[in-house]
Amino acid sequence: MAKDANQSDEGIRWALVVDLDRCTGCQACVVACHAENNLQIVGEKEAAYGRWTHWIIIHRYWEGEYPNVKARFMPIMCQQCSEAPCEPVCPVFATYHNEEGLNAQIYNRCIGTRFCGSACPYKARVYNWFRPEFPEPLTEQLNPDVSVRTRGIMEKCTFCIQRIRRVEIDAQAEGRSPTDGEIQPACVQTCPTSALIFGDLNDPNSHVSQLAHSRRSFRLLPELGTDPGVIYLKGGEVNV
Amino acid sequence: MSEVQPTQPEQDNHPDQMPEFEERLLLAERKDWEINEAVLQPMFKTGRGFWILVAILSAIVLWGFYAWGYLIYWGMGTAGINRPVYWGLFITTFVFWVGISHAGTMISAVLRLLKADWRRPITRGAEAMTAFALMMAGLYPLIHLGRVWKFYWMIPYPNNRFMWPNFQSPLMWDMVAIFTYLIGSSLYLYLALIPDMAMARDYTEGWRYKLYRVLALGWRGTEAEWHKLHRALGIFSVAIIPIFLSVHSIVSWDFAVTIQPRWHSTIFAPYFVIGAVYSGLSALASILIIVRRSMRLQEFLRSEHFDSLGKLVMVAGMAWVYFWFAGFIVEWYGNEPIVRELIHEEVSGPLAPFFYLQMGANIIPIILLVFKRVRTTPVLLLGTTLLVNVGMFTERALIVIGSLQRNDLPFNWGTYRPSWVEISIVAMTFAGFALLYTLFSRIIPFVPVWEIKEGRLRYTLRRIGRLLVPTAAEIE
Repeated sequence: MAKDANQSDEGIRWALVVDLDRCTGCQACVVACHAENNLQIVGEKEAAYGRWTHWIIIHRYWEGEYPNVKARFMPIMCQQCSEAPCEPVCPVFATYHNEEGLNAQIYNRCIGTRFCGSACPYKARVYNWFRPEFPEPLTEQLNPDVSVRTRGIMEKCTFCIQRIRRVEIDAQAEGRSPTDGEIQPACVQTCPTSALIFGDLNDPNSHVSQLAHSRRSFRLLPELGTDPGVIYLKGGEVNV
Repeated sequence: MSEVQPTQPEQDNHPDQMPEFEERLLLAERKDWEINEAVLQPMFKTGRGFWILVAILSAIVLWGFYAWGYLIYWGMGTAGINRPVYWGLFITTFVFWVGISHAGTMISAVLRLLKADWRRPITRGAEAMTAFALMMAGLYPLIHLGRVWKFYWMIPYPNNRFMWPNFQSPLMWDMVAIFTYLIGSSLYLYLALIPDMAMARDYTEGWRYKLYRVLALGWRGTEAEWHKLHRALGIFSVAIIPIFLSVHSIVSWDFAVTIQPRWHSTIFAPYFVIGAVYSGLSALASILIIVRRSMRLQEFLRSEHFDSLGKLVMVAGMAWVYFWFAGFIVEWYGNEPIVRELIHEEVSGPLAPFFYLQMGANIIPIILLVFKRVRTTPVLLLGTTLLVNVGMFTERALIVIGSLQRNDLPFNWGTYRPSWVEISIVAMTFAGFALLYTLFSRIIPFVPVWEIKEGRLRYTLRRIGRLLVPTAAEIE
């Protein structure tokens, strides 16, 4: 999976910046993601057994010894890797790389081997263990732009590809390209502390690419060579 | 043990070895029709015990099918798997059954090429074990699919969307390897069966006669037919060995190609192959002991065969320990954080009972099998070889489930508990294997009669002066 034409420095590569110094671990992004992407609610018992369906998981780590304990929050979603470990292992091409640097998942094609889930070092993929149930009147608030998945398939963060597409189509109709910051995934729109910033990493003037070159930036598990499209910022000392 | 030194028994009159020669010579003295009868008679005797066994096994299989239906209807959530343990008991048992399937070819093809004479009476049982174990293994890639009704998307068939399966995926290699091995080993089993089918045809009537007549393909036993059979078996023996090596290598690559800690290992392919041979040979020994007793085949499956088989199991066990150690020591010294965590959990953490069960159940049999008494006493050998497979199953569970519980980000760590659905389906494949094997032993001659008759030609009694001396000749 070397860098091919799809992943060159030309064209678009969507990226998300997560500023850990600003994250308060409030989980608003998780709720927004659930509403936007028709994620099922599995209930307390199933979630405790590791079967939640959040596309964003706020990792919470404790630092230090009592009484000087600090909580660290780390929102982890699909890292949209350029060298994604999940892609080559799928037997039916249900997950593949699209031309905008996104690691796309085709729900209809997935047969549920869960190989991608085992291969993903971030465990950012979630599985539909049972048929999703949306009791009335919740069905009225399902997002019509996103398919409701069935049981037995994998799903994961898409960077709200439906929002990306909508802005792109509108911009194309007006004969221009999307401006920086025009596209906002649900989590970015919701984050109360603006800890999440979305944009094109290949555009040197975008907010995202400038932050990516800041001294505070790092990628998750860089030693694995997955080249993630999610960039974390961490530098200042924050006590929570 | 195939070499017989003519003067030895007379000179040191060893109490252990004399009965072996006597038994072998007894067989040499038997008429052809007596051997045919001795093999065919137990097949026709289906007493009450046999039908009770069949009923129990069928009940377990039916219950397993109910559990599978339940799994398909309600979803994968009825199994105990979760995030991060996406693969659980199903994949563990899949690896186990593929492992069991390895001994058939090992015994049959490798020993046929090496002209090891002791293989003769046990080849058929070994080949049948390969075929049935592969059938059971082949169920798991279907069972563990979230949407099993779409399984055919993994098959490269022409379609109007030009969608092709992804041949980069080890699951595709798996499918190709298992199909190839199943077809190859079934043909190999059947080829060696043809002369015996003809023999059975000539001794039976009724539905059995009709069945054997079809299966015998009009075999008459002419010189040209034997020549062709030997050539075909020779070609198959050579051709099936690369397949036999590749199948378990590919199964190991399901794990090794990922970057999951403890899976991402270069030694996995040979380690899995040798583990498969170890567990497969042990399972073969266990099965042969049970069948020998239930079908009264003591005359054909003698202690010399179990002695040789026991030695082979011991050697495979030593090789398994070597490969395990070669992998473990590198990971121990590598000391990567998550691998270190996993090793600590195995050696002194929550996985310790399974780790010590794995090591104990795999190493103690090697020590036991050093003693000839263990190798030649059926009860002791049965216990020893069953212990090996307990150890090998635990080893697979530790690799699949144990490793998946831990990964690079500690917040993602999890635990796994198997559900009743998983346990029922695993029990279904064990019962299904036993059921197929039980029915097989009453329909197909369990001992390859023509191979025994062929091997019998090796041994003759010669009179030197007043002394009767057993001699062995080199034959094809």
